[in-house]
Amino acid sequence: MTAPTESPFDAILAEARRRWEDLTAGDRPWIRVGTGLAGEAAGGFEVVAAVKATLEQQQVTANVSEVGTLGLCFAEPLLDVQTPNGPRVFYGQVTPELAERIVREHVAGGNPLPENAIGYLGEPAQAPVGITNLQDHPMMALQQRIALRNAGNIDPSDLYQYIANGGYSALSKALTEMSPEDTLGEVRTSGLRGRGGAAFPAGIKWGFLAGNPDPNKYILCNCEEGDPGAFNDRGILESDPATVVEGITIAGYACNANRGYIFIRYGHNQPIDRTRAVIRQAYELGLLGQNILGTDFSFDVEVALTGDSYVSGEETALMEAIEGKRSMPRYRPPFPAQVGVFGKPSNINNVKTLAYVPEIVARGGQWFAGIGTPPDPDNRINGSSGTAILCLSGDITYTGLIEVPLGMTLRQVLFDMAGGVPNGKSMKLLQTGGPLGGVLSASDANLDLVLDFDVFRAAGAILGSGGIIVADEDTCVVDLTRNLIAFCQYESCGKCFPCRMGMSHLLEVLERISNLEGTEEDLALMRNIGENMQAGSLCGHGQLGFNPVSSALRYFGHEFDAHIREKRHTGDCPDQVFSPRLTRR
Amino acid sequence: MDDATFQLIDRAVNDQPQSTVTVLSSLLAVEDAIGYIPTEAVEAVAVRMDATVNDVWAVATFYPNFRFDPPTDLRVEVCWGPSCHVMGATAVIAAAQEALGLSDEGDTLDGKATLRYNTCLGACAHAPVMAINHHLAGRITPDSARSRIASALATAPAH
Ligand SMILES: Cc1cc2nc3c(=O)[nH]c(=O)nc-3n(C[C@H](O)[C@H](O)[C@H](O)COP(=O)(O)O)c2cc1C
Ligand code: SF4
Ligand code: FES
Ligand code: FES
Repeated sequence: MTAPTESPFDAILAEARRRWEDLTAGDRPWIRVGTGLAGEAAGGFEVVAAVKATLEQQQVTANVSEVGTLGLCFAEPLLDVQTPNGPRVFYGQVTPELAERIVREHVAGGNPLPENAIGYLGEPAQAPVGITNLQDHPMMALQQRIALRNAGNIDPSDLYQYIANGGYSALSKALTEMSPEDTLGEVRTSGLRGRGGAAFPAGIKWGFLAGNPDPNKYILCNCEEGDPGAFNDRGILESDPATVVEGITIAGYACNANRGYIFIRYGHNQPIDRTRAVIRQAYELGLLGQNILGTDFSFDVEVALTGDSYVSGEETALMEAIEGKRSMPRYRPPFPAQVGVFGKPSNINNVKTLAYVPEIVARGGQWFAGIGTPPDPDNRINGSSGTAILCLSGDITYTGLIEVPLGMTLRQVLFDMAGGVPNGKSMKLLQTGGPLGGVLSASDANLDLVLDFDVFRAAGAILGSGGIIVADEDTCVVDLTRNLIAFCQYESCGKCFPCRMGMSHLLEVLERISNLEGTEEDLALMRNIGENMQAGSLCGHGQLGFNPVSSALRYFGHEFDAHIREKRHTGDCPDQVFSPRLTRR
Repeated sequence: MDDATFQLIDRAVNDQPQSTVTVLSSLLAVEDAIGYIPTEAVEAVAVRMDATVNDVWAVATFYPNFRFDPPTDLRVEVCWGPSCHVMGATAVIAAAQEALGLSDEGDTLDGKATLRYNTCLGACAHAPVMAINHHLAGRITPDSARSRIASALATAPAH
């Protein structure tokens, strides 16, 4: 029965629920395979092919979805089977051979394989014999998934699945029950700070744009994600791009903007293709374009691609790249909220920042503000609300993508959840917040640091985009520092000479030191270069570019001393050490 | 340049699906279609965008994505980002160089294969990572790098 007052969204929601019901409680099993970037690297697409071939051969019908990442990257390729109305049974590190067996015995035969399963998700009453609850896995138990709420659970290319799981109720609520000012107010109340690096409050930044009366305004979403070791932005876009598309649309409503761009690096196909797929469906359902959900709000979104350039993630360089130019940062002022992309007022946010927005609007800013760390003005702590979306890689037992409340300690994340360093080795250091974040020793004091933007800053590190690379006792700090500076040198856009030449010079000195040819003066020389870079560089790349060296000297100065004074290696670095000496042509 | 290639360029530049078309988006479309940016493509982009040839070259030479001569059949990328570095990328890169007979990035002498360094292939959780013709493979060892390259070389068409 169609009530006369039914809104356009109610009809979409009813259809989405009908489809979801059919998927999860219809007459066919549902097989989901992780095919994000880590899933692909582990062989996820080969598993999909084996599943499809075996289904055909067994003449069994089942729904097969290529999903993004559940975050348990260490266990990729991850495959799960959900029989109608049943729990999901997960299998890890699935080979094509194991996939074939799972299809024959579990999907066709109805018998799960407890010896190969890593857990189940669903009602404990339905627990399959001999299989534990995946929710009790240390990597899952302490998570609080907001931005990642759908990751690994829904087909990222199917907007109906997002809607059936609560998606677009926030946009519908904002458009029908809230004014743009109310919507902006909820984001202000939430205390949401930008997750792209600088942790600037999103509500305040949106306010700059909202206050600009220009009729043509842009919201830009930054998925450049050039930070090696960070894969959460792409993880969100390859697993649940719709939350970002809804988030950018809500930002457009709150700021009275009319166009959005989601900016992704060329070649990252899962994020690009899946984002484009949900944008297309959003247009078809009237969730983008003219008069969204029958209101007088109109908003357009498209994906823009950049070439390989780390600095194109800097906000003004990103605008140059969207305009199709060399991605070199602009001078500020004017600031983006006055003159942004194509000369129009613009607001730019990271993927994670926008991914939170639908849940903030749906549940209220107070709810989000209640998660995380409170302000502590005496210690210059502004408070960090919400969660941290962390990428764990390197020498750590469980690598992956997790979302935990801010305020948790590094020790809880790295040991209680991720299982510490494998092979009985000890943890030596962490590299956080991208190469510019430098290194943090794994000392007791540092492991007790709580996840909080200002606490990290005070410790000389950057929580930033959430990448945490763990290095064990075998890692040579001199060599790692040189690797980080080689990255910074390669990625300098070349606009200002302190950064362009300073990075090259630093790299030369670090190569000298690692070849045991460094001199006492080299440490002072590096400090001098670093000070000049900080003072004379236009963007954060040059300003923060000395961090890898200064942080390494702060925590591991003795290793540099051994190389310089005693002409002695402190690790077992290979003689012919690889060091890219590339510059931009 | 043969007609077929020229038509691919023409289509890539003039039939872009998205509504914002720029010099960079046009160059990426050409790279996607034929794997390199010949002079003819620079000219086609300049005409389409009402830009000078110099403007187009300025963008094409800034981003390391673009190559200016026809690609080889086998593109091997190895990651040297810090996650991969910590997990042993140095030895993987040396093995890849050895397997291809190269001492640095670039094309092999027989024109069959190309080695490229990448700052992060995005699968850091499975470091060290490499990609063969854009297909990612993780947890690579020097031995598995050598054997993956050898089998890819064996199936790549001869020149
Ligand atoms: C060299 C450099 C690279 C950056 N790269 C990124 C990036 O890849 N992704 C990102 O979101 N922000 C990046 N930023 C930060 C952006 O300039 C900007 O602050 C951010 O996108 C704003 O989003 P937020 O307010 O949601 O944090 C970079 C900054 C610098 C200086
Ligand atoms: S600081 Fe470096 S990266 Fe930033 S604009 Fe200057 S040269 Fe370019
Ligand atoms: S450079 Fe690594 S031990 Fe000397
Ligand atoms: S650092 Fe190698 S894949 Fe990210």
